[in-house]
Amino acid sequence: MHEFALMQSLFHIIEEQAKAHGLVRVTKVKLVVGKMTMALPAALQMAFQALQRGTLAEGAELEIEEREVRFFCPACEQEFCPELPYAACPHCGHAAPHLVQGRELYLDYLEGDDEG
Amino acid sequence: MKVFVVKDLLAANEEAARENRRLLERYGLAVINLIGGPGAGKTTLLEKTIALLGASLRFGVIEGDICTTRDAERLSRLGVEVVQINTAGACHLDAAMVGRVLGELPLADLDVVVVENVGNLVCPAEFDLGEDLKVAVLSVAEGSDKPAKYPLVFHQAKACILTKLDLLPYTDFDLAAVTEEIRRLNPALEIFPVSARTGEGMGAWCQWLLEQAQRKKQPASGCS
Repeated sequence: MHEFALMQSLFHIIEEQAKAHGLVRVTKVKLVVGKMTMALPAALQMAFQALQRGTLAEGAELEIEEREVRFFCPACEQEFCPELPYAACPHCGHAAPHLVQGRELYLDYLEGDDEG
Repeated sequence: MKVFVVKDLLAANEEAARENRRLLERYGLAVINLIGGPGAGKTTLLEKTIALLGASLRFGVIEGDICTTRDAERLSRLGVEVVQINTAGACHLDAAMVGRVLGELPLADLDVVVVENVGNLVCPAEFDLGEDLKVAVLSVAEGSDKPAKYPLVFHQAKACILTKLDLLPYTDFDLAAVTEEIRRLNPALEIFPVSARTGEGMGAWCQWLLEQAQRKKQPASGCS
């Protein structure tokens, strides 16, 4: 349900960036979402559809790139995709590896038309 | 025209959380973000904790709820400073909401600030409020499968409190298996099985909380 709040902050960023780059219309929005966030792509899409009305991103497409969760094991120095929700290293069993990918939640790029 | 932005959706929240943290650090306060589902027993745990530690620690409480001031009323009866935030529908607290009410608490006269988040095991885990540590609250009545189903809060928390231990004989909650599962999710997590009603296990949790608060109060060394 907090996907709505996340999309509200997305629209703030869109407005601010469109202004900074002279975009009068946004046609595509690309997000990167890691699989260890609690943001569901379907719920993000739904909130995006609901919030885009009356904004300069009305009718825009939202593309979501999901990122797998990856850890680095400090003991055996290998990267791995864990068997979620558990993080233990499959190679040596180390219980507390470092997360290197999967918590992403950012606006990658916008496509749109400028005033010219 | 393509514009690369690469801006985090939580950037505004993180900036507000940094501001809260800067303010709270100045007063040497230990700040706890208490996260658990509706009915997990967060408020009862807090009442009992304040009753047990009230002589050693001065508590300030920020209550997050969608509606009503019932929890704040319960806690203010214990003589602690309480501020209520009504999110009016939002499923979590964010750093800006907390920042707006911090000034209502007498920060200079406190040792610990507990933020009781909106009852929800999912969304609050995503929003940094400026706390020192998150504490996950799960009751034995909610079922053994919850940590694996909602792992983020257990990954992020420093402590996990398993509440309503007195109900254990009436549920199929497997305490040993859940403890093992939580350890697999996060080996660094401190786990405290408690019953706020009978007081069982409350001593270990209170001792840990006291240590967290004392650690924050110690003046920074090596600066002379």
